[in-house]
Amino acid sequence: MVISFSPRRLWAIVLKEFVQLRRDRLTFAMMIGIPLIQLTLFGFAINSDPKKLPMAVRSAESTTYTRSIVQALIHTGYFNIVSLTSSEREANNLLAEGAVQFVLNIPPHFTRQLLRGEQPSLLLQADATDPAATSNALAAVKEVQKTALRHDLTGELAKLAGTDTAFQINIHRRYNPEGITQYNIVPGLMGVILTMTMIMMTALAITREHERGTMENLLAMPVRPLEVMIGKIAPYIVIGYVQVAVILSAAKWVFMVPMLGSGLLLLGGVLVFIIANLTVGITLSSVARNQAQAMQMSFFFFLPSILLSGFMFPFRGMPEWAQILGSILPLTHFLRFIRGLLLKGNDFTLAWEHLWPLLIFTLVVMSVGLRRYRQTLD
Amino acid sequence: MNQREAIIEVKGLSKSFGDKVAVDKVNLTVYKGDIFGFLGPNGSGKTTTIRLLCGLLTADDGEGKCLGYDIRKESRTIKRQVGYMTQRFSFYEDLTIRENLDFVARVYNMKNRRQVVDEALVQLGLEHRQNQLAGDLSGGWKQRLALAACMLHQPKLLLLDEPTAGVDPQARRDFWDEIHRLSGLGITVLVSTHYMDEAERCNRLAYIAYGSLVGEGSPKSLVDDSGLTTWMIDSEDVHQLADELRDVSAAQQVVPFGNTLYVSGTDSKALEQALASYDQRDDIHMERTTPRLEDVFIRLMHSSEEKRW
Repeated sequence: MVISFSPRRLWAIVLKEFVQLRRDRLTFAMMIGIPLIQLTLFGFAINSDPKKLPMAVRSAESTTYTRSIVQALIHTGYFNIVSLTSSEREANNLLAEGAVQFVLNIPPHFTRQLLRGEQPSLLLQADATDPAATSNALAAVKEVQKTALRHDLTGELAKLAGTDTAFQINIHRRYNPEGITQYNIVPGLMGVILTMTMIMMTALAITREHERGTMENLLAMPVRPLEVMIGKIAPYIVIGYVQVAVILSAAKWVFMVPMLGSGLLLLGGVLVFIIANLTVGITLSSVARNQAQAMQMSFFFFLPSILLSGFMFPFRGMPEWAQILGSILPLTHFLRFIRGLLLKGNDFTLAWEHLWPLLIFTLVVMSVGLRRYRQTLD
Repeated sequence: MNQREAIIEVKGLSKSFGDKVAVDKVNLTVYKGDIFGFLGPNGSGKTTTIRLLCGLLTADDGEGKCLGYDIRKESRTIKRQVGYMTQRFSFYEDLTIRENLDFVARVYNMKNRRQVVDEALVQLGLEHRQNQLAGDLSGGWKQRLALAACMLHQPKLLLLDEPTAGVDPQARRDFWDEIHRLSGLGITVLVSTHYMDEAERCNRLAYIAYGSLVGEGSPKSLVDDSGLTTWMIDSEDVHQLADELRDVSAAQQVVPFGNTLYVSGTDSKALEQALASYDQRDDIHMERTTPRLEDVFIRLMHSSEEKRW
């Protein structure tokens, strides 16, 4: 038997592949760009041990002792006071909105009870929708209970210094008391799936029309660009809702995710998010020259969406530049919206905080897309 | 002829892509009912001109009317009354024949959609295959489907961009019969092509090279005005003879066709003299003939090249 393997022929193929690769700039950029992006994101942006989490303090009194406790919390590195309030309502809103991760409640007469040795309690409420974001901080609280007052407790109370019996810190894990990861992941997954499918589908739909040459025919007919765009988008809105229905059903009956908010608000918010993603898809398709490029660009958008939105890693664990980048992405805001709605039962006023950024994003991207969309073939 | 209504009338039409001039000051007049053949080598600006006429491209310069509407300002109205058939099949291969026609009818807001589509299917002879995917059709049938789709909204003007490229002779003939039938109904047709037999089926022709119009007229007048003299030479060894004749400067074109050689030149006297010695030979039979369109067009192309350089 003759072994008919020719190294010369092999070399011919290898050479041709390299030449084609060099011409395909986007693929080339992807091969260099993806590792760089991943290195940057995983290397610098992602931190699964978030520090300096925003905390509100609702304090009924301010004494040496309470100040020491608050200081001790800050010293752990996990807490950062962003708000002082005396109203319970306001504190609740801050937590529900996601503006703070913790609310520390110092009750009235705390110091008096402390000095009497009555072992009074502080209440630390945590937004535990994402268990990973709060667990380390809450673990550090135990230590605070022991050491916070060791210099302040003198005289008769000195025996309590260094023990955890001088006062108690009650931790209240709100929204997800059992710390079930699925409660956080499953609603988030809805956002991730919508991002992936909506962007890719629309990007492909329009590029396909260009690639197959049918766009020329479409442009020669009396259809307007807006008609083409909306017409291309509409079916995917329906598909998006089908996906939402599937995920919600699974969330409810398989993962037992609580659903506290209004169903109507849910459908409305989902629509805003779907449209935001579809406009990204259309804009990508107006830049991409073929379907392969459209796919690559969708991936370019998808990767940071997943990593920087707070879906996989706690948003507050990231450095500021990554948070700013993350705040541009629609998925970031949708995650806050959907988690707030399902787990916290947020009403429209609170939900609006996360919806208006989506609307602005949509407007900006759509204006770019419409300008780039060519009504003629020039 | 002159009192006929002009359907397309453009002057100084120009279009550049970057620094490449695709169409350079083209003047074009097409009358109602014409089958106007648009010829020229690849990349000469045929497709660009057609796209300018139907509003798919905006002209850099020039003005004119198409169906009485300004091509620069009223391209949307023009689109509604023109049927444009692209060079490449540009209907949806993943829709059935019926679905494609139905889509077109909807886009044009046609009232009696069902009936129009049904009629088009019967006319096409595709009513029994209406639920087949358009992508499964052969090249010839695809072109006929595309033509039917372009005709669905009953345009007064058809712009056909190389409609029969890559289509077999029978299908091409059928296609051209259909064009003549439409022309008979008063529809004006502008068709670009590379095929000479198709050019001969047009009643008027224009030849474009390097973006400029270099010749215009009926097939007969183009031949008569070409200034070419053509000799048909039969020989046993045409290739040997062709090689010899290519060195003769008066023989500007030497084209073998089977065992016949077509020799053309603009200087008829010089050509006759140059060929005189060959006429003596026993194995050669030659006679003067009318120049063929192809020779005329190649002559036009070369003379426009000479002007350019």
